Amino acid sequence: MRKAGSFDKAVSALRIERCYQCGKCSAGCPMGSVMDAPPHRIMQWVGRGAIDRAVNAESIWLCVSCQTCTARCPQTVDTAGIMDEVRALAWREGVCSPAMVRTKLFLEAFLDSVRRHGRLNETELIAKYKIRGFLSDYKMALLLKDSMLAPRLIKRGKFRLFGGKSGDRDVIKRIFDKCEKVAAAEANDKTPKEAHHG
Amino acid sequence: MNLLLGYYPGCALHGSSSDYESSIQACLQAFKIRLVELNGWVCCGASAAHSVNPLLSKSLSARNLAIAEREGYTELLAPCPLCSMELCKARHTILEDEEHRKQLSDIVELPLQGKTRVINVLQVFESIGQAELREHVKQPLTEVRAACYYGCLLTRPPKVVEFDDCEHPNSMEGILEALGASTVKWNFATECCGAGMTLAREETVIELSHRILANAVAHGANCIVVACPMCHVNLDMKQEETRKAHPELPQLPVYYLSDLVGLAVGLKESQLGVDKHFVPAELDLLSEPAETR
Ligand code: SF4
Ligand code: SF4
Repeated sequence: MRKAGSFDKAVSALRIERCYQCGKCSAGCPMGSVMDAPPHRIMQWVGRGAIDRAVNAESIWLCVSCQTCTARCPQTVDTAGIMDEVRALAWREGVCSPAMVRTKLFLEAFLDSVRRHGRLNETELIAKYKIRGFLSDYKMALLLKDSMLAPRLIKRGKFRLFGGKSGDRDVIKRIFDKCEKVAAAEANDKTPKEAHHG
Repeated sequence: MNLLLGYYPGCALHGSSSDYESSIQACLQAFKIRLVELNGWVCCGASAAHSVNPLLSKSLSARNLAIAEREGYTELLAPCPLCSMELCKARHTILEDEEHRKQLSDIVELPLQGKTRVINVLQVFESIGQAELREHVKQPLTEVRAACYYGCLLTRPPKVVEFDDCEHPNSMEGILEALGASTVKWNFATECCGAGMTLAREETVIELSHRILANAVAHGANCIVVACPMCHVNLDMKQEETRKAHPELPQLPVYYLSDLVGLAVGLKESQLGVDKHFVPAELDLLSEPAETR
């Protein structure tokens, strides 16, 4: 069992203990049909402390954060917020089900770009995501996909090769550093993971 | 109406959704609303930040709110619903949780009170009001039968964004009807299109978008109207691929709400960026005079 730490505090603030397993969150979830464990199942696992099952689920990487579950929960559980907390925990611990690695790489490439420029550089995002994705699974088709889209975007003036940069890039780097430090401190705030419990 | 609004474009509007920016700017100019871009704004971190580090997500938004406050804006327009929701969420925390407010203020290195209100594009049109909208109409949209598509984040989560009814919104309908358009009743107005998963989970996005497009067609719509850059990418840019997977689906133009308001008040396609869309606009349905086509 994990020691009660910042994760437990965070999900408690999002009212996990109020979940009565009605399943309404899963009924309205747009990604429910492709998830291995729909949101109410994740809530059940988190609620009873089976965190390892939750962080290993594919569904935390499939969730698109549409907030439908949170908006509809009869018990005012912030279901989408708890999905975020589980994903953030998985991220800190480096856990990710193999089929979902591409989604994780996409998020990584996105944040890299924001950290460096303060804003998203779409060219850099796509290039990094495609190359890292390719190195993770060697799927050539996915590497080349969308490359046909670029000329069509350029034609429409919808493609800026060099994205914008924020004027305050030093501050942005400090914001990233501070937030990552807090997250790292929280990660140490736990006993090591216990395998598949719950 | 001679109004000045703080403007947070966000990365999408400064990137591949630049047509949305031109649409909003041209359209609001027609109502004498001036947008002033927030100095030194930073990316809100989108789904990436809140997915992996909720504190980082709030901090990036808090930085933008602090800049808006410093520059004295009472209202900040964030046309992308994801940016807008993230900004609202950070403001909600700032106003409700003093401990968190202090932490965020420290992190972003600026004073932070949560004074600036964050608004979406629909709220700007609502504040203009139906009467004034009607007065500006030069080209009534009589042939338009719109499926108003709100997607996820314009109305959700309701406690955070505090806008319209999250299950049965009707603000967009009110705006379009004031311009002479009709709107259809349909089932997918608030269903998700897959949002930012376009690159990472393309096949899922195509299936979700297909359900939305097909339902709009089944209910007699001749276009879909959106107010979100991601909805536009998934429904417009990806429509060709969606139709490849579902050949029975007819082509359906996807407009930004500001496109239709702009066209109704006499602006041209090219001024608004409608000519940049992937699915060509069916201007017949706007019954435009020949020389503006
Ligand atoms: S809708 Fe709320 S109460 Fe019902 S299962 Fe989901 S989180 Fe639990
Ligand atoms: S936020 Fe995630 S879990 Fe909740 S309904 Fe949307 S996709 Fe499903």
